Amino acid sequence: MTATNNIAFSPERMAEVQAIIKRYPEGRQKSAILPILHMAQHDFGGWLSQDVMDHVADLLDIKPIEVYEVATFYTMFHLRPVGKKVLEVCRTGPCMLVGSDNIVQYLEKKLEIKDGDTTPDGMFTIKTVECLGACGYAPMMQVGEKYHEFLTPEKLDRLLDEFRKDA
Amino acid sequence: MGKKILLEHIDKPEIKGIEGYIKYGGYRSIEKALKKMTPDEITEEVKKSGLRGRGGAGFPTGMKWSFLFKGSDKPRYLLCNADESEPGTFKDRLIMEKIPHLLVEGMIASSYALGVRTAYIYIRGEYMYILRILEQAIAEAYAKGYLGEKILGSDYSLDLYVHPGGGAYICGEETALIESLEGKRGNPRIKPPFPAVAGLWGCPTIVNNVETIAKVPFIINEGGETYSKIGIGASTGTKLISACGNINKPGVYEIELGLPVEEFIYSDEYCGGIKGGKQLKAVVPGGSSVPILPQRLVTKTAAGTPRLMSYESLAEGGFQTGSMLGSGGFIVFDEDQCVVRNTWNFSRFYHHESCGQCSPCREGTGWMEKILHRLEHGHGHMEDIDLLWDVQRKVEGNTICPFGDASAWPVAAAIRHFRDEFEWHVLNPEECTRRNYGMGVAAAEPELV
Repeated sequence: MTATNNIAFSPERMAEVQAIIKRYPEGRQKSAILPILHMAQHDFGGWLSQDVMDHVADLLDIKPIEVYEVATFYTMFHLRPVGKKVLEVCRTGPCMLVGSDNIVQYLEKKLEIKDGDTTPDGMFTIKTVECLGACGYAPMMQVGEKYHEFLTPEKLDRLLDEFRKDA
Repeated sequence: MGKKILLEHIDKPEIKGIEGYIKYGGYRSIEKALKKMTPDEITEEVKKSGLRGRGGAGFPTGMKWSFLFKGSDKPRYLLCNADESEPGTFKDRLIMEKIPHLLVEGMIASSYALGVRTAYIYIRGEYMYILRILEQAIAEAYAKGYLGEKILGSDYSLDLYVHPGGGAYICGEETALIESLEGKRGNPRIKPPFPAVAGLWGCPTIVNNVETIAKVPFIINEGGETYSKIGIGASTGTKLISACGNINKPGVYEIELGLPVEEFIYSDEYCGGIKGGKQLKAVVPGGSSVPILPQRLVTKTAAGTPRLMSYESLAEGGFQTGSMLGSGGFIVFDEDQCVVRNTWNFSRFYHHESCGQCSPCREGTGWMEKILHRLEHGHGHMEDIDLLWDVQRKVEGNTICPFGDASAWPVAAAIRHFRDEFEWHVLNPEECTRRNYGMGVAAAEPELV
């Protein structure tokens, strides 16, 4: 396994990668692509550069195009650099019914960026997403692995402060 | 208070761990299954129970299991569909988050019944924190000997893994889920062959929803006949309903099928009525894909009989005056909501999520979104309403998976029941950007919450 352009998982993470590959029958290692892309996005700066995807292709012994076609299909993968905290605000019907549009507007105004953009300091990206399965606890957003539910402007103010301190 | 099969102990925090789970009767079905029952006897009990797939289609689970091809020496697979992504649906999340062992137990019992030696739970990638809960539960089950080699000293061995998706609604369709698990784009397959014959890596495969699998321990413990006596008619047992929208008590409720819709919406035990004392305008009873019901058809059928929470009653009247139980994603709209706006929102969702494989869906969802955007934003023409009707008809039934239908049905039902609202948008192009058409006079863009 060769690393391209100095991109390589740490030895501990490499052990995790190998354990994941073993979950699938021999010769079916390609199945590990989604779990490993999630790990790669987490470990290599929050997005998947071509070098990162080539590294994953190497690890799985598949062609780079097989990784690109998967990475471009699934919306959780970022193909461009993003802020340290990506604010993924659900905008689908049930969230809209209880004010998700207002949440997006509030964030856009407060952070002075539009949906899809990143703040100049590289701190936040606003990304509207489709249904995250939290319809009863709306409006909501996901940041990292965590769900933040029943959002209000006050709660957003508090969360943004916490995120800044955390980064 | 109806019978609880899944959520009886949901309020006890210790049930998340294996000790607490066992304390409340967990894993009994594994002992019984492995020591006293043959795999076929379990399938028989599931058939007798009348259990139907809880992901949305409502196909009889026992029958699905009996289709699993056993005539080859290929391995067989059981896949749990935990992709939960139908807008309005958030029920499986509750089971996996609070009672993860219920799903693990169900997977072990079902795998034994199907002769499966390796099983996967395919969970949507956004539920990564739940994946970690499940992996913890699975590790506990291995440590206790419920998973791995020679389970509880029997000859039966099973490995169970959790596999994350990457954010794609279509992967809830079973053949797309299989493609995704194989490490590919989630493009549904042409059927036949059905997964029961050629599924994961070309091997016989069964795909079942989380809630479906979670019912299996009860059926083994208490017997299929006991289960079949709960509920109403061919809608046996209980169903998790995730209620959301403009109600006082959004959340997940386990109901006995047959509960009157009126009681579900207005009783304090369930939704607790419409928020702010407003009037009910409409309900989407089974996830975003099923037809919307206007107020007059929600609590009563067109024939005037009480509408019940069951597969049959919600579908009574066909698509003319009925809808579907679907996934149990129950979305309630108050008098101030705009049907055109919501239909546009749903169409945007389907356009975003179409895998792009079939032209009618790839192009049609885009057309529907654009026309609805135009209507909602005051640029629509009267002909657009008929054009929209025409497009949805050309999508429905013309794709290899049910996604096309799912994108067309909400549009068709909205026009069928709320045509006046569409026309009002055309006739009042300025006013429709300022306020919603409805029983109330709310602003189209309400003030900041």
